[in-house]
Amino acid sequence: MATIWFIIVAVMITAYVVLDGFDLGAGIIYLFVSKGSTERRMILRAIGPVWDGNEVWLLAAGGTLYFAFPQLYAAGFSGFYLPLMIVLWLLMLRAVGIEFRTHMENPVWQGFFDFIFWISSALLAIFFGAALGNVIRGVPLGADGYFFEPLWTDFKVGPQPGILDWYTVMAGIVALVTLTAHGALYVAIKTEGEVNRRARRIAIICWPVQLLLTCLSLAATYLVRPYVAQNYIAHPIGFLIPVLVFACLTIMIWAASKGQEKTAFIASSLYIAGMLVGAVFALYPRVLPASTDPAYSLTIYNSAAGRHGLSVGFAWWTLGAVLALGYFVFIYRMFRGKVSLEGAGY
Amino acid sequence: MNSALLVHRLHFAFTVTFHYLFPQLTMGLAPLIVVLKTMALRYKNETYNQSARFWARIFGINFVLGVVTGIPMEFQFGTNWSHFSRYAGGVIGQTLAMEGMFAFFLESAFLGLFLFGEKRLSPRAHWWSAVAVFVGAWLSGYFIIATDAWMQNPVGYERVADGSVQLASFWQLVLNPWAWWQYAHNMSGAAITGAFAMASIGAFYLLWGKYQEHGRLFVKLGVIAGCIFSLLQLFPTGDAQGRMVAHHQPVTLAAMEALFKSGPGAPLVIIGQPNVEERKIDNPILVPKMLSFLTYRRWEAEVLGLDAFPQNVWPDNIPLLYFSYHIMVGLGTVFIAIMLIALFLLWRGKLFGTRWMLWILMLSLPFPYIANTAGWMTAEIGRQPWLVYGLFRTADGYSKLVSAGNGLFTLLGFMGMYTVLGILFLFLVRREIEHGPQSETLTPSGVPQPAAH
Ligand code: HDD
Ligand code: HEM
Ligand code: HEM
Repeated sequence: MATIWFIIVAVMITAYVVLDGFDLGAGIIYLFVSKGSTERRMILRAIGPVWDGNEVWLLAAGGTLYFAFPQLYAAGFSGFYLPLMIVLWLLMLRAVGIEFRTHMENPVWQGFFDFIFWISSALLAIFFGAALGNVIRGVPLGADGYFFEPLWTDFKVGPQPGILDWYTVMAGIVALVTLTAHGALYVAIKTEGEVNRRARRIAIICWPVQLLLTCLSLAATYLVRPYVAQNYIAHPIGFLIPVLVFACLTIMIWAASKGQEKTAFIASSLYIAGMLVGAVFALYPRVLPASTDPAYSLTIYNSAAGRHGLSVGFAWWTLGAVLALGYFVFIYRMFRGKVSLEGAGY
Repeated sequence: MNSALLVHRLHFAFTVTFHYLFPQLTMGLAPLIVVLKTMALRYKNETYNQSARFWARIFGINFVLGVVTGIPMEFQFGTNWSHFSRYAGGVIGQTLAMEGMFAFFLESAFLGLFLFGEKRLSPRAHWWSAVAVFVGAWLSGYFIIATDAWMQNPVGYERVADGSVQLASFWQLVLNPWAWWQYAHNMSGAAITGAFAMASIGAFYLLWGKYQEHGRLFVKLGVIAGCIFSLLQLFPTGDAQGRMVAHHQPVTLAAMEALFKSGPGAPLVIIGQPNVEERKIDNPILVPKMLSFLTYRRWEAEVLGLDAFPQNVWPDNIPLLYFSYHIMVGLGTVFIAIMLIALFLLWRGKLFGTRWMLWILMLSLPFPYIANTAGWMTAEIGRQPWLVYGLFRTADGYSKLVSAGNGLFTLLGFMGMYTVLGILFLFLVRREIEHGPQSETLTPSGVPQPAAH
């Protein structure tokens, strides 16, 4: 049962990153692909009806994590206290940037909210990447199963690391570049003309950097935490994951340069999913490794909730997930196609 | 009090109080918007559609604030109350996760459709999206209340070896009797906020002399709904809540009423300041035997006072608890009076010309917010010193490794952020109100454009 919930939480987090990833990415390229109010509104329109729903995946993943792995939730959230609070502030700023910009009539304030939207999107991408980096690298868990990590210590990957060290900063940059490309492809799908052309160019420019960073981050992970290879060696089928990752990267550049934006976007989504699944595969059954003493690591066994709760939860969770999927398919179909600027709203 | 504990309590109290300013209007307006949409479908009158659109715009702005202030709430269980989360996560994680899976997905998905999809949907489908938003908002209310109700009256759990509690019965958790009454009372309170907001803005238009037709509609709908829910708020829901507190948390009741001495025929304090040091009420105005009657339906019934309980289970801020409770009940009484008079005038066909009443309706807008906040303060301060009533103390629940300084840093951050958000919110809503519900809708670029017909 705990393994099933491990997979469910991983899938939900992946769904969040893929979905909110594209609107974060759209925010990152926002200032660069669109010139003038009309073009900016096109981008806001492209994500307007969906960004809030995408963000709910974060909440739902958080809630699911809470109920399936209370110990992990308690330790992780209090240990990552400062970065989480900063993430919360950024999420707020971003929502305000998107929603309230459209209510502003004055170009000065529009410019201000444009900037807020852009900077919060970019910083969020970096923080999410760094968060993932922290989980892979491990945190200074104590014997009582809790830790508290300062924002930074000496930027080295020691037993008492900070949130930001060279490894997690690198993970943040990987996330920034990846989501930039991801968002650019989404914007390309949703728009026409100049914006479409610029967005596609960004995705293509990002590509070599993305390839390089992917290789670098894989190597660095192995260097920092050699045990990540254990699961792969024990179950060689896992090596399909990196193969998938590189295949997706290849398809991405091929499709993007041919102007097949949809294919490229799907490849980018799969690439992101592949990177996350690869990390999860390496960690299992750990959910939060300790950088102090491996024995303190949190695993799915010592952090899961009671049996009865987990099985009851499985029943309603399945129902809820089917419903949620239904809404999503419906909404994306309603708002499919290129955006137009007619009508009320953004 | 240990200062880290104090900071974490203030942190939660401040952020949740601010958060709840927005959901109460969301939940209160949602059914009223459904009513407007229904009337638009039935009578094919554009006023109704314009009104629905106008309130949907206010709803939309309010919703954004609800979402951005709600996300920190869920996080704080882990960040600031990690020992509590580890203790109780196996139980309350259920209802919190269900809120996300069932309510938030529904609400956010269909709100997008409702706000942006009017052109793409048929009128009937658009009506359905309004209903879905309403259902989503009210469902999310239920799950969060069920979570809180479990902390007030824990049921359906079992203790396990590592000291935490785990779910033993799902249905007991979801059907907690405390949750039902709390939900009924709380939702009716939210509906009061929605009704007063509608009546208030309607009265503003009538006094201003603009958008008369809409103004009359808003006042009428607001007064009718306001009257129904103000009455429901007192009876049966408020009354039932009070008796539940008396039954499950007698010490809380004693503190709410500042009843220091046990005895038969306990009086009800209408006005007076509790003096905890000397265990008496200063400047009291009492109704003899009333409390006994209200609680047990017998004039001579014995009611336990604070002296019947050891001091270490007394709520730790009795004066604040007492005032919160009295403010809520006092305002509830005033609401009933206002709404009954307004309804009477409406029935006689005089309301729209009675300027003093319109002034009262217009200025009454803030008071439901105060009453709702005071109600929650009663519930939460009354629960002290327990985090989970009778099982787990608040002092054991906070994140021990998050120092007071780090907590204060983020508390101040939230205070600053929320001040800015609050100002922005008021500014935007005021502008919507000034622009009015009439045929001009404002496009984002600031160019008024004729509304769709
Ligand atoms: C418009 C808001 C409003 C108004 C006018 C009232 N209430 Fe209320 N009350 C609430 C809004 C509220 C609330 C915010 O909804 C609370 C807080 C927690 C809860 O579930 O509901 C609440 C809680 C609450 C409690 C529970 C306290 C606890 O759990 O310890 C009692 C006993 C009452 N109310 C009783 C009343 C009575 C007798 C009223 C007389 C008219 C009344 N309320 C008016
Ligand atoms: C929106 C309405 C609510 C308001 C205004 C409110 C208000 C408060 C206040 C004033 C406190 C501080 C109590 C004290 O320190 O003396 C508090 C604490 C707390 N409340 Fe609420 N609350 C609300 C809803 C909820 C809900 C729905 C939950 C549970 C899901 C909840 C859980 C808590 C927790 C965990 C604490 C911190 C521990 C404690 O001090 O007891 N609250 N709340
Ligand atoms: C009486 C107390 C509360 C009620 C009735 C309530 C209800 C709601 C409602 C109806 C929404 C939808 C958005 C909106 O209305 O603007 C919302 C938003 C939210 N609330 Fe609360 N809330 C309460 C307190 C809390 C608490 C204590 C938490 C923490 C667990 C919380 C978590 C959230 C979250 C995460 C959102 C964002 C949801 C979204 O994206 O749609 N709320 N709340």
